[in-house]
Amino acid sequence: MQGLLHRVSPQALRLLVLVGVIALLVIFFSSQIENYLNGRLFNRISSSVAVMALVATGQTLVILTRNIDLSVGAVIGFSAFATGSLIAGLPDLHPVLLVLYAALVGGAFGVVNGLLVAYARVPSIIVTLATMAIYRSFLVEYSGAKSIATEQLPQWLTDFPNMQLFSIGDFQFRAGFCAALALVVFVHLALSRFRPARQLFAVGSNPEAAHMAGINAQRVVFTAFVLSGVMAGLAGFMFLARFGNITVVAGLGFELKSVASAVVGGVNIFGGSGTVIGAFLGTILVDLIETSLVRWQMVSEFWREAVLGALILVSVATDTIFNRRLASLRAARAHRVALEKKEASA
Amino acid sequence: MMKRLRSWEGFLLLVLMVIVAVSASTSPQFLTVGNQVNLFQLSIEKVIVALMMTFIIINAEIDLSVGSMMGLSACAFGWMVQQGVDAGLAIAICLAIGVVGGAVNGWFVTALGLPSLVVTLATLIGFRGLARVLVEDRGINAFPAWFNALGQQGLIGPLPFALVSFAVLFVLLYIVLEHSGFGRKTYVIGSNREVAEFAGIDTARHKMILFIGSGAISAFAGLLYAARVGAVRGDVAFGFELDIITMVLLGGVSIFGGSGNFLGVGLSILVILSLRNGMGLANITGNTQTSVIGALLILSV
Repeated sequence: MQGLLHRVSPQALRLLVLVGVIALLVIFFSSQIENYLNGRLFNRISSSVAVMALVATGQTLVILTRNIDLSVGAVIGFSAFATGSLIAGLPDLHPVLLVLYAALVGGAFGVVNGLLVAYARVPSIIVTLATMAIYRSFLVEYSGAKSIATEQLPQWLTDFPNMQLFSIGDFQFRAGFCAALALVVFVHLALSRFRPARQLFAVGSNPEAAHMAGINAQRVVFTAFVLSGVMAGLAGFMFLARFGNITVVAGLGFELKSVASAVVGGVNIFGGSGTVIGAFLGTILVDLIETSLVRWQMVSEFWREAVLGALILVSVATDTIFNRRLASLRAARAHRVALEKKEASA
Repeated sequence: MMKRLRSWEGFLLLVLMVIVAVSASTSPQFLTVGNQVNLFQLSIEKVIVALMMTFIIINAEIDLSVGSMMGLSACAFGWMVQQGVDAGLAIAICLAIGVVGGAVNGWFVTALGLPSLVVTLATLIGFRGLARVLVEDRGINAFPAWFNALGQQGLIGPLPFALVSFAVLFVLLYIVLEHSGFGRKTYVIGSNREVAEFAGIDTARHKMILFIGSGAISAFAGLLYAARVGAVRGDVAFGFELDIITMVLLGGVSIFGGSGNFLGVGLSILVILSLRNGMGLANITGNTQTSVIGALLILSV
């Protein structure tokens, strides 16, 4: 067991634990709820994860740099509304252009956040706390007390999230979920293989060392916020496609849920470590619990938030304790190896 | 004196005078006693919690769970009254819930060393969840008459109980923060926790006390809210934490801890309340008001 602990990296172990917890939960709820594990459960979770995973990915990029983006919920709402009114006015617009528009709207908000945090040096929690309110009021002004209804949208858009790409048995893999998954995998590969993306970790784990190593920390933080905005913009597109009806409260509360998903997925809130795959699994775990509790007869569905709060605490606490243990275990081993070497040479 | 005026507090005072002058000249009702009491009364619960939040942020921590604790306390009160528990006993139990909730936050922060941002984010969701478990999707309103009267009628002249308790708490906590050893420790721990440790301060105990205080004062504010509105629902005080933190930060308290004072927070509360009230009288919508305050917040750093 100890040998295993030394060989597997903490990050990989974390992912394994998450997968294990998800599997255990599925087994547990299957024994509790009749007809639980079927295609409908998978569809329900996968279509909601498709929206949330994008936000959580963007949030992870920002958290990696020791910052936080609380404005994502408002950005999702604005992007969903703006994209919806664009396509309602121009029904023949090419889908790719519409997606680009959503990303652009989100990116523009991200640029404002990034400029204020990276270049004006205002703490991100203050900036995004304020822009959360400001962007939301833009949405209220822009919407003029109207809302977007499903009937105004073209058929292809509302069909998109439910379009089945392929299926394994009962489990349909729908386009929205696959697109989100592809994006997560792409960002993960970029973060682990692509040199500029590694700078996010450098800036987050030690800003001074990163500066000494010649990394332009301001640009890195700025980029993280722009990307988070773009991701939130894309999530707004998915939100529009999934729900169709968009009011001024669209995306409310997504900021805290995206932080929760990332943290449950093992992203360190102090920056410098974490993976987007982890955040993705965190999103699934959070959603699995919410969806299952609604259907579980034993407890009232109103327990789901209380359970979610406890889950975040437990997962962060075990993570911290476990990592400390692991660090001291490794230190002890290194010490022992050094001693043995000394004895051998003497 | 000049130096004092050029500080952030001086700027807030200037902003406040401009707001009052403009509001008073555009709307004759602005400066009436009734409107001024009303202006305070409508946000009194947030303002009370902001006092304790000042300690927490100066201590370089944050408590995001205050809004949910207010909701939990209000809903627990409503639920207990509905179950036939004596209202006086229910109030005591609600305050105890605040203490326990604060202690939970404090324990995870001090004993496990988790960041307060994460711990209180989790309890923000968790406490709200418990509130919803208690009242589900109902509204509860059959409170005793004396309880509602406490929230809605004047206690001393036109000043209701909540306003009087705010005034008392403000003076009391001002003395604690700026003229007591406990207050000095709050600043020292906030500016450099390691130095504070080496100076022999029990920082864990100090933080624990602050989180318990924050929980208790939030529970108290939740009860005030229930009394003023006369009814509770699962979403009582939803999202209040952001307004409360804004009040503190706009008052010149550094989010990194170690600096800020009660004068600034007091002025910032007045600025925010008068701004909202003045803009409200001028028919400007709540969302625009919020974004003006948001812009002020970014400027404050």
